[in-house]
Amino acid sequence: MPWLSTLMGVSVLGALGVTLVRNDKLAKQFTLVVSLIVLALTVGMAVQFSPNGDKFQFVETYDWIPSFGVHYGVAVDGIALVLILLSVILVPIVVLASWHDAEAGKRSVRTYFSLILVLEAMMIGVFAATDVFLFYVFFEAMLIPMYFMIGSYGGAQRSYAAVKFLLYSLFGGLLMLVAVIALYSIAGKGTFMFSDLVGTVQDVTTQKWLFLGFFVAFAIKAPLWPFHTWLPDAAAQAPAGAAVLLVGVLDKVGTYGMLRFCLELFPDAAKFFTPLVIALSVVGIVYGAIVAIGQTDMKRLIAYTSVSHFGFIALGVFAMTTDAGAGATLYMVNHGFSTGALFLIAGFLIHRRGSQFIADYGGVQKVAPVLAGTFLVAGLSSLSLPGLSTFVSEFMVLTGTYQRYMVPAIIAATGVILAAIYILWMYQRTMNGPTAESVKGLRDLNAREKFVVAPLIALLLIFGFYPKPLLDVIHPAVKDTLSSVGVSDPAPAVPVAKEGQ
Amino acid sequence: MNGTIQAPTIEYALLAPMLVVFGAAIVGVLVEAFAPRYLRSAIHLPLTLLSLAGAFALTVWQALKGVPTKPAAMGAVAVDGPALFIWGTILVLAFVSVMLINDEGHFVAAAAAVPGSAEEEQALYSGAAHTEIYPLVLFAVGGMLLFPASNDLLVAFVALEVMSLPLYLLCGLARRRRLLSQEAAVKYFLLGAFSSAFFLYGTALLYGYAGSIDLARINAALGTVGGQDTLLYLGAGMLGVGLLFKIGAAPFQAWKPDVYQGSPTPITALMASGTLVAAFGALLRVFWVGLGGLDWDWSPVLWGVAILTMVVGAVLAITQTDIKRMLAYSSIAHGGFLLVGVVATGTAAQNTSALSGILFYLVAYGVTTVGAFAVVTMVRDAGGEAWHLSRWAGLGKRSPLLAAVFAFFLLAFAGIPLTSGFFGKYAVFQAAVSGGATPLVIVGVVASAVAAFFYVRIIVLMFFSDPAADGPSVVLPSRGTAAVVGFAALATVVLGVYPEPVLHLAHSAAQSLFVR
Repeated sequence: MPWLSTLMGVSVLGALGVTLVRNDKLAKQFTLVVSLIVLALTVGMAVQFSPNGDKFQFVETYDWIPSFGVHYGVAVDGIALVLILLSVILVPIVVLASWHDAEAGKRSVRTYFSLILVLEAMMIGVFAATDVFLFYVFFEAMLIPMYFMIGSYGGAQRSYAAVKFLLYSLFGGLLMLVAVIALYSIAGKGTFMFSDLVGTVQDVTTQKWLFLGFFVAFAIKAPLWPFHTWLPDAAAQAPAGAAVLLVGVLDKVGTYGMLRFCLELFPDAAKFFTPLVIALSVVGIVYGAIVAIGQTDMKRLIAYTSVSHFGFIALGVFAMTTDAGAGATLYMVNHGFSTGALFLIAGFLIHRRGSQFIADYGGVQKVAPVLAGTFLVAGLSSLSLPGLSTFVSEFMVLTGTYQRYMVPAIIAATGVILAAIYILWMYQRTMNGPTAESVKGLRDLNAREKFVVAPLIALLLIFGFYPKPLLDVIHPAVKDTLSSVGVSDPAPAVPVAKEGQ
Repeated sequence: MNGTIQAPTIEYALLAPMLVVFGAAIVGVLVEAFAPRYLRSAIHLPLTLLSLAGAFALTVWQALKGVPTKPAAMGAVAVDGPALFIWGTILVLAFVSVMLINDEGHFVAAAAAVPGSAEEEQALYSGAAHTEIYPLVLFAVGGMLLFPASNDLLVAFVALEVMSLPLYLLCGLARRRRLLSQEAAVKYFLLGAFSSAFFLYGTALLYGYAGSIDLARINAALGTVGGQDTLLYLGAGMLGVGLLFKIGAAPFQAWKPDVYQGSPTPITALMASGTLVAAFGALLRVFWVGLGGLDWDWSPVLWGVAILTMVVGAVLAITQTDIKRMLAYSSIAHGGFLLVGVVATGTAAQNTSALSGILFYLVAYGVTTVGAFAVVTMVRDAGGEAWHLSRWAGLGKRSPLLAAVFAFFLLAFAGIPLTSGFFGKYAVFQAAVSGGATPLVIVGVVASAVAAFFYVRIIVLMFFSDPAADGPSVVLPSRGTAAVVGFAALATVVLGVYPEPVLHLAHSAAQSLFVR
């Protein structure tokens, strides 16, 4: 069965179907059903994935544009699989959370939900693409639905934020296009299939240029410091649901691209640029955290925490140890759940009070205890409290990095402390203290909102205590990636304790 | 003794598409002369459309029968693979443009009347109409067919004039904003006359150098004739000026915004698509065939021109407030992207890939352009078309479908994947990278990013801004206009999702390159 094509096909057909439904309420329900079907199908696919089998599974390859050597090639390895799972889990949650989002702007509700499903198809496609050209097509095309989601349904500054988002990403993408074309020409294989292109560029100088072409695109997408300035605007102006998909999934394409393409296609260049990338990541971790502390707007604050977290992911990717790589991949998934929960609950809060500013809140805990409680859990997951899944990934990244780059790992670890400051201080200002006059009448989470938050918190807890299922899938894929880059883990500095000691 | 004159051999079958178009144009003139006024439109429209369709059928038939390997008509006209492909493209574009032209309300009732005078009003009430636009269009299309196929410079010059003169007239016939329209006509005429003079002077100088106006002979002379380099370089330069003017490459782009703005929109559509295709065909033939051996000399110049054109087009478009001027600058920028392909020469395989890339780009861009101008004709307010960009605010709420289609065309211009524009750009850039013009491609993608900004700005206006209280209304399109918009949208989608058939066609058309 062509699993991946089916997943995309169902989403696209669903998106078309939504536009045909005349009734808004029916359209929402229809979207939810489609996204749940996609989720069910994906789970059905995932259980058939054998972690120690072939590197790429569920392979489909057809000629698409033979004149250019372009194939429609999709398949997943462990890394792609968990990211696709992340995407399809977040979509129904976002659909449910956005139930009333689109109505505020008096704009077409159906279009909004249709865009979500289009985006879902593209998110699956971008992670599953095994053809570099196809990857590029999805990479660029997925900007358009997100652009309309931010621009049509966002906050007051939405058109500025949407244009900034689009132009930044487009510019990076175009640089990547040049690198993609050059890669094709230099390889001279007449094909864009990823597996055929690996190892074709031998000349180190060429590798460096091509690496930069890809890397800048991914660094803008991720976003890595100093390419991050579009994210706070976009995330703050986007409706909460779109912000979740933007930060939770779309930005992961950047870090995923670094792991998949930058490392495997240009191993020598990747090693050459490692110190630079690690420096940028560490600066991003600390800078993002410090700037987050200073934010007065909740959504911008969460966006800056993500800048810090993406620093961790990039650090893990480029540390090039199995632990750090697997940790970074796991981090991508966990960050999606954690930031997703944070954005959505903040969105619920903002929707009630009509303000994004922290100063407008205070003592919400007393009037809306469930909201405050879930917000706290989501916040704690963002600061990587042990017992929540984010802790596992952050710890893996730090230990994995420490094995090779001690000083950066130590500096990065300060990000953990800063995280406690920005999260707890925000919580304290909004939820604790005397109840502000304006929030006295605030309602607690209703049933729909509880349904939104519950699965996210459950996932954070489950994978916090038992991350093995995910790691089992991720580990072989990361090992494989690193071995094709030609690096092996450094020997432990301290001899491993012998059994029985 | 020597009284016999050798009769020239003319391959009428090969030239049939052009002959059909020119013949229909002459019949059209006769209709103007003899048919009663109330019948003229009714005769012209089917005549024009049928002749274009017939010419297209003949072109297809010719392509299926096999592409000739020798120039026709005693070496004057080269009907080769690229020429046939370009003919097909021009005929399709002309067909859809004529469907737009047929729509009411674009053309002035009496062009000679002073704008706003009683005379004009009277002509309007009496139902006068310039039905001669149809034969004029046919003559222009005939010129467009001949121009890229002409194998010697004098034929090229004649084709250039046949193509341009009717367009000068057509530019001045807009019903609204008469003064702008007349200004456009005069400007286009004066500057066009200059450029034709350049072209002719260049032809004369090259004749002085090579002793022939035949492109292949000029090329053959490049290696053998010595000591005449001044003639050669001056001639080639002047020829280049004439051709680059028609394309609207910087620094010869100044006419384009004014003319596009002032002309009746359907004529703008015809010029922006058909003329551009024809001019690029001619440019390629002259530079690749006639001056192919000189590419070390012209290639750096065209590098500069391409960079300048992309930058000027993309940057100046940002400041425009008139939708048609904006599209004109966008057309300049796209001319620059196409020029990137022109310099990507090298081995035969490289030339084929560059040529097929350009051919595909021309199809993709031409169709989308006609569609975009068709949309422009539909958005109107009290004073005719709503030309000012601010009037387009909130169009997405008033008529979501039309705005969505226009947004889609704009995304295609911007080269977003899954639209035809992306593959056009990709094909040309890929050829350029493999031809060693990577720096040019980098400038190209930066210019694309800048260009994306102003396309996106219109999308922002249409979808993210609130509509003005007295905003423009979208007229219910006539069947012709609706068909044009539908066709263009469909083509943009299909070429964006599954471009292979057209790419393949372009590739096989370019396979044999230009005949010599």
